[in-house]
Amino acid sequence: MRGDHQTLALLLFSAFIAVTLFITTWFGRNRQGSAEEFYAGGRLFSPMENGFAIAGDYMSAASFLGISGLIALFGYDGMLYSVGFLVAWLVVLLFVAELVRNCGRFTLADVVAARMAERPVRTAVGTSSVTVSVLYLVAQMVGAGSLVALLLGGTSDAARSWTVVGVGALMVIYVSFGGMRATTWIQIVKAVLLMAGAVALTVLVLVHFHGNINNLLNTAAERSGHGKDFLAPGLRYGGDLTSRLDFISLGVALVLGTAGLPHILSRFYTVPTARAARRSVVWSIGLIGSFYLMTIVLGFGAAALVGSAEVRASNAAGNTAIPLLALHLGGGEGSTGGTILFAVVAAIAFATILAVVAGITLASSASVAHDLYASLRRPGRKKYGEVAVARIAAAGIGAVAIGLGLLAQDLNVAFLVGLAFAVAASANLPALLYSLFWRGFTTRGAVWAVYGGLVPAVVLVLVSPVVSGSPTSLFPGVDFQLFPLENPGLVSIPLGFLAGWIGTVTSPEQPDEAKHAEAEVRALTGAGAA
Amino acid sequence: MEKEAGPEAAGVRLDDPWDDVPVSDRCDRDGTGGVAHLDAPAAAGPDPEPRAADIYLEVHRSEAFREVRRRYRRFVAPAALAFLLWYLAYVVAATTAPGLMARPVAGAVNVAMVAGLGQFLTTFLLTWAYARHARLRRDRAALDLRWDTQEMTRGLGR
Repeated sequence: MRGDHQTLALLLFSAFIAVTLFITTWFGRNRQGSAEEFYAGGRLFSPMENGFAIAGDYMSAASFLGISGLIALFGYDGMLYSVGFLVAWLVVLLFVAELVRNCGRFTLADVVAARMAERPVRTAVGTSSVTVSVLYLVAQMVGAGSLVALLLGGTSDAARSWTVVGVGALMVIYVSFGGMRATTWIQIVKAVLLMAGAVALTVLVLVHFHGNINNLLNTAAERSGHGKDFLAPGLRYGGDLTSRLDFISLGVALVLGTAGLPHILSRFYTVPTARAARRSVVWSIGLIGSFYLMTIVLGFGAAALVGSAEVRASNAAGNTAIPLLALHLGGGEGSTGGTILFAVVAAIAFATILAVVAGITLASSASVAHDLYASLRRPGRKKYGEVAVARIAAAGIGAVAIGLGLLAQDLNVAFLVGLAFAVAASANLPALLYSLFWRGFTTRGAVWAVYGGLVPAVVLVLVSPVVSGSPTSLFPGVDFQLFPLENPGLVSIPLGFLAGWIGTVTSPEQPDEAKHAEAEVRALTGAGAA
Repeated sequence: MEKEAGPEAAGVRLDDPWDDVPVSDRCDRDGTGGVAHLDAPAAAGPDPEPRAADIYLEVHRSEAFREVRRRYRRFVAPAALAFLLWYLAYVVAATTAPGLMARPVAGAVNVAMVAGLGQFLTTFLLTWAYARHARLRRDRAALDLRWDTQEMTRGLGR
């Protein structure tokens, strides 16, 4: 890409950073002392604000650039992702949002530990929450590095490393100084920018084809080099049985994992009531659904206008499909319109990454301070304030994410997001659903459900083709592959549920009738909710 | 579903401003808006020191609470089963029956496109239906139970 793109894009990046830092200082001025303020932003956001913030937390650069890139390269098979990412929200809406709002205070562990022996359950759920967050975070950091390098043309290692460090430092600043209130407003700003950018590009694509979708699809199929096959499933996942099972595994993990993502769950505590939590999910489903519908238009538009071959030549994973489409829609290389649109899209992608990592960092610092520190702290030791611990934890998590991001920079980490969803679905979801809906669920069941999902998910990935034994592996030179699928969800999710069940039925502990009654009354009515 | 509308449904205000005000701001509400669903043993009963746990157990056993729970479960269980099966069928069909999915419907649009957009449509529809069901059939009853329960547990030890 050329110099004038870079200057304008850098200006817009800086403008966004300035705005977010202003938000951070403005909302961080005062009222930062209490846990209520730091983790939940005062709990007074409106459903619409929270709906935008949820959408902002969820729509990562991977969805904006990655999914439309996949559609531009593989046609219909890219669409399968967007369907999974959207349908997942029904699980959140029907089972999780209201009940979690009513039962918990700040984290997922609050809900699960409510009627159990607190310490072991908190430790287990805290561990799996931090694991999910760190996996997701590292994927985003590595993505940020290569994305910025890609968009700015400087593919040198130094530029990528500094991007990773810069993104990490910014997210720690947002979280430590601004807490949930500033993070929420950053999400809202980002969601508005992302939706506006997607709407603008979609309108331009549709205008270009005079609103004729049929024409758009036919042109896309023609220019993809695959003909009609481009519009039907099978180009990417239609190979052997293994790759088909692999996609089913990923699809199940996407749909069930969203409801176990700690940074999504913590968003429900920023509104005053369960009803407001429900309404914020309705808002976010509207936003996320229309966003994914637009990415479909943009993906096929990129195939039709830019051409799959050119997209692949620019970036093998298709991540530059949307920037290239923007360049084309603005008038092509060298035109003013093209330069502006390209820079705007690059800046939106950057804003997206910053907002997503801030949300994840906040959720994981809450897990560390509210769950792990609170349950693992040795009694006798000096007790620090929880919010102070959370701020330090945010810095620590930032350091870990920067370190892992730098280490993993040259590795193929595309599987990490899928793995994060798989762990969330295998460890967090069984514990959460059992504790909300099963009267007989016990402490041992909760602990077993978490570890019984977490350990298989991680171990199966370690012995899968993403780590060894294939040319695209993390370590292509060695081969200790035992498990054929890249995504462990199909096996680890049932194992998590099974472990929770076995743990409960073998448990000597009698389930506490009164605590179950209390949990259920609170969950469904909101009595005594924080 | 609609024919089950209980007596309280008639008086439901769809956008009750109270619903989104946090508890702390409205604890002094006198309760005139709520329908008394429960006997209030804590108020002046002979029981000298009722515990919060007993009150939750009692609310849990009450018909009003069972009704709220029944309504929630009756909507959520079939709806969840339906959308999970529909999604699973879609993913399995897309990966194992590409021939069927590639069959043209109209112009460039094929079965796969219709099914994919159908997933979007059903998600939006179910979201709307759930929100409507919860607003009309559960919210008021749940709110009344919440006040009654909080009224009874106020100032009690556990």
